Amino acid sequence: MKKLLNNKAARTNLITYLVVVLAFLAMQLMNSAGMLGSSMKGFLVPICVYISLAVSLNLLVGICGELSLGHAGFMGIGAFSGILIAALLKNTIPNDFLRLLCAMLGGGVFAGVVGFVIGVPVLRLRGDYLAIVTLAFGEIMKNIVGNLYAGTDAEGFHIAISTSRMPLGEGGKYIINGPLGATGIQKLATFSMGFLLVLFTLFVVLNLINSKEGRAIKAVRDNRIAAESVGINVTAFRMKAFVVSAFLAGMAGALFGLNYSSVTATKFNFNTSINILVFVVLGGMGNILGSVISATVLYILPEAMRSLQDYRMILYAIVLIVVMLCTWSPKVKEYLSVAADKALGIFRKKEVGTNE
Amino acid sequence: MKKMIALALAAMMVVSMFAGCGGSSTGTPATEAPAANAPAAAPAEGAAPAIKIGLSGPMTGGASEYGLAVRGGMEIAVAEINAKGGLQIEFKSEDDQADGSDLAVSSYNSLKDWGMQILAGAVTTGSALAIAAETVNDQIFMLTPSASAEDVANTGANVYQMCFTDPNQGASAAELMKAKWPDATIGVIYDSSDAYSAGIRDGFLAKAKELGLNVAVDNAAFTADNKADLSAQVTMCKDAGCDLVFLPFYYTEAAQVLTYANTVGYAPTFFGCDGMDGILNVEGFDTALAEGLVLMTPFDASATDEATVAFVEQFKANNGGKVPNQFAADGYDVIYALYNACVAAGVDGNTPAADVCAALQEQFATMKVDGLTGSGMTWDENGMISKAPAAMVVTNGVYVPVA
Repeated sequence: MKKLLNNKAARTNLITYLVVVLAFLAMQLMNSAGMLGSSMKGFLVPICVYISLAVSLNLLVGICGELSLGHAGFMGIGAFSGILIAALLKNTIPNDFLRLLCAMLGGGVFAGVVGFVIGVPVLRLRGDYLAIVTLAFGEIMKNIVGNLYAGTDAEGFHIAISTSRMPLGEGGKYIINGPLGATGIQKLATFSMGFLLVLFTLFVVLNLINSKEGRAIKAVRDNRIAAESVGINVTAFRMKAFVVSAFLAGMAGALFGLNYSSVTATKFNFNTSINILVFVVLGGMGNILGSVISATVLYILPEAMRSLQDYRMILYAIVLIVVMLCTWSPKVKEYLSVAADKALGIFRKKEVGTNE
Repeated sequence: MKKMIALALAAMMVVSMFAGCGGSSTGTPATEAPAANAPAAAPAEGAAPAIKIGLSGPMTGGASEYGLAVRGGMEIAVAEINAKGGLQIEFKSEDDQADGSDLAVSSYNSLKDWGMQILAGAVTTGSALAIAAETVNDQIFMLTPSASAEDVANTGANVYQMCFTDPNQGASAAELMKAKWPDATIGVIYDSSDAYSAGIRDGFLAKAKELGLNVAVDNAAFTADNKADLSAQVTMCKDAGCDLVFLPFYYTEAAQVLTYANTVGYAPTFFGCDGMDGILNVEGFDTALAEGLVLMTPFDASATDEATVAFVEQFKANNGGKVPNQFAADGYDVIYALYNACVAAGVDGNTPAADVCAALQEQFATMKVDGLTGSGMTWDENGMISKAPAAMVVTNGVYVPVA
């Protein structure tokens, strides 16, 4: 245990897990005590989803050093494939929890496969190509799903990409309905599942970072030529990070989709991708706990400012700018660290006194 | 030791963050007894507390134009009703940014925490679909002013619409064309990313096929992301020799179509739906180009009846001289329809939301409403409205009923 605590990486990881577990327990306690309003209860699942998205994007942006502007696209693939799977397995797997698990795994696999297909040509390139292609990918996904019709009728399952509504036979029911998006979704998502998703995401990402592969990925980020010279297959390791990130985003997307009774393709647009990127940047590149906290705070912030009515989005932007300045400006940072040292100094003196 | 303190502090921070937010919203659970400990916002005479009506709509972002118009119309109706005395209304609007999932639901949830008894929303179809399922669970009565997809009303027995459904409107357009321009070569330009536009087009094409109309172009599509330039779609219709072009989308894009068609000297008959209302007030748009434009709108801001004139004047006074469009009029009618039903059913701020819902459903089954967007409006068992579609043609800068 002592050895574990002396290892800086292991210590940070432990703190990350503990914060998440404690937050979950606290929310569960408050929920059972009836202290949460409908709004707060409504935030629980999307916060878990956005934490997973931010952590998985952090793997790509912070650890691998690749800029992806299409993370919401993977989320969307996960959401719509998850919704389809959940709807189609309705009779095969009556247990809600198992069905949700299948839907999330399926959503993750779909997103991962698409990530692989995109990655094959793009990750061989240098420079900013990945950012441009992922941006385009997100828009393409949105437009494809906007014209996607899927549904079941007496004759079974139908799926089509078409400009007009696909006709369904007697007793037909649409699962995905073109520009209306997926409607009439059976809500399966629960906060516990959201918590498990966050834990799983953390487990995958933190273990990857601290593994042999993770060190190789970081080496590729820091100096590609040096990494190549010691025999690291640059493309393969970037691909690994990219596919894992897409897979986790797909899982989160499936949970997101199954938390609402309707989801439209326009939700997974450029703005959502940028939002997730903002969580990562403000939480700190490569800082996983930072992503967890910033996703939570920044998701709740505009909702908490509802009382400001029409001005809330302006204030949200101002808050983002202020946080950005505070965390990146060397002067402010210096000031903050001096203040923190002073505050910590009080503890330190006490600690010295009690220990010796 | 130090680690433990740091850890405890971090955990506390997270918890307090949640608690801080939860605190502001831990009000009365709306579904149980919203009025039980709601502050008495009612008038001083000791009458029953005001009934709480909430609106969820896009107040910020790209679709805010529609949300703000609905809110403006509703605020006028609320002020008029509260000035009358009797049953009072407390009105609150929340922003859903026209989102179709999490933001819409959180907008709805914050209204619920406020103690909303009736939902007079949502404004856009996507948000309405996400919210409608929640109102079914919570048994909160929902009357949307402008979410026009059929799926909205079909969500549950407590969901009603004030506007025409999309396929219905498309079918009426086809019938009108058959009656007035039976031999026209028709082109359809539409927004494939928008449920409203795509829904009207589907309804229109189905009816046109049935009536044997000559639709030469039915795939001139654009999306919300590439609507800055609609010249390609206009050219498609021009090349196919269309002399009637159906534009089932909103007036901002329609203004572009008309302007571009004018520059290339293409002058077919343009035909719009209720989203076209407002085109005469687009800034920087030459209204002479709209001459001869046919549109199906239930509301005409230049009408001379007393109710419309008073409404338009009040709206202009409240909104810096802006002329109200059909969204504002629908919002106004929604509040009056709800008010009439509440008075008839005898519900007030003390009635739990679920009871209000049941009472209003009973009322709406038999009620007839006269408003700005139609007279003798009734609702069918699905919650869809039936009112006469009115076709207008723009003549000398004002709407004139199609002869």
